[in-house]
Amino acid sequence: MNISVLQIIVVVFALFAWSRAILRLKDRKIAISEFIFWTVIWAAVIVTSLLPATANAVSTFFGISRPIDLAIYVSILLLLYLMFRMYVKHEQLEQEMTKLVREVAVRLPKRK
Amino acid sequence: MGKKVFIVIAAYNEEHSIPKVVSGLRRAGYKDIVVVDDGSKDKTFQAALNAGATVLQHIINRGQGAALKTGIDYAVQEGADIIVTFDADGQHRVEDLPAMIKPVESGKYDVTFGSRFLTKESQKNVPFLRKVYLKVGVLILLVFYGVKMTDAHNGFRALSQKAAKKIRITADRMAHASEIVEEVHRLKLKYKEVPVIIRYTELTLKKGHGSFMEGCRILYTMIMKKFLLR
Repeated sequence: MNISVLQIIVVVFALFAWSRAILRLKDRKIAISEFIFWTVIWAAVIVTSLLPATANAVSTFFGISRPIDLAIYVSILLLLYLMFRMYVKHEQLEQEMTKLVREVAVRLPKRK
Repeated sequence: MGKKVFIVIAAYNEEHSIPKVVSGLRRAGYKDIVVVDDGSKDKTFQAALNAGATVLQHIINRGQGAALKTGIDYAVQEGADIIVTFDADGQHRVEDLPAMIKPVESGKYDVTFGSRFLTKESQKNVPFLRKVYLKVGVLILLVFYGVKMTDAHNGFRALSQKAAKKIRITADRMAHASEIVEEVHRLKLKYKEVPVIIRYTELTLKKGHGSFMEGCRILYTMIMKKFLLR
């Protein structure tokens, strides 16, 4: 099996990133579910870079001829989901901010 | 009488109109006037204070819905029996107050809404385009919440203490008007529409509540709240 420089870089980077995830898990900065998520992501990166054929197999399984198309569809879905999460988070922050501003206002009524 | 009536006014950059509104209310005998200065950039805070209102200050602008909620919460905390939401720029007439308050005061109704469309007289000065927008608003309320009203977006309302405690206002900006209607519906509060005359001045028209974009934004907020956040 011929391994190109790019493949080595990708694999090393993925392993490095994964090691960071392990460290964050150890000092409990991320939850176990998040760790599993990142493990899956980086494992997928390593597998597709070393064995591009698997990507083909996966995309054909989903009925999409080119792996890159599958990647784009998945990314769009993921981005939409993240946007939704951010929208909810943003709304929560707005409401918390309003609560804070309100609390200050109600505590300090001014009268002549 | 004998019931404690609080008038709640949300004001954002209203230094010119707020003194007249507050003093008009005081002349008519309303003592508990709460102005919520919603982070105004002008001297609204001082102007309202000088006119004799109790002033609550939002240190940053949070929108009309948020400001009204602040005023309503405060009024409830101060033991208000009836809470009236009133406009800061002189659109609402002090003369309409007794008719707005009475149904709630008698205990027969929990909420009254001022309406421009109950009598011929009260709707004749409503600009045409505004009428169209308002009717679209009414239609949306019907579709969204199944509530049939003639007008629900002019900001003139009276709430009983009970209603004020129960109604949740989460829309910080202009969508609160529809939200209040939704809450009244959800909580099965008894409400009544009361004819009021809205004064349209050049200033209030220029500010363009009820403009097309504003309407779209309100609709967007309502849809997001209804389908995503609850």
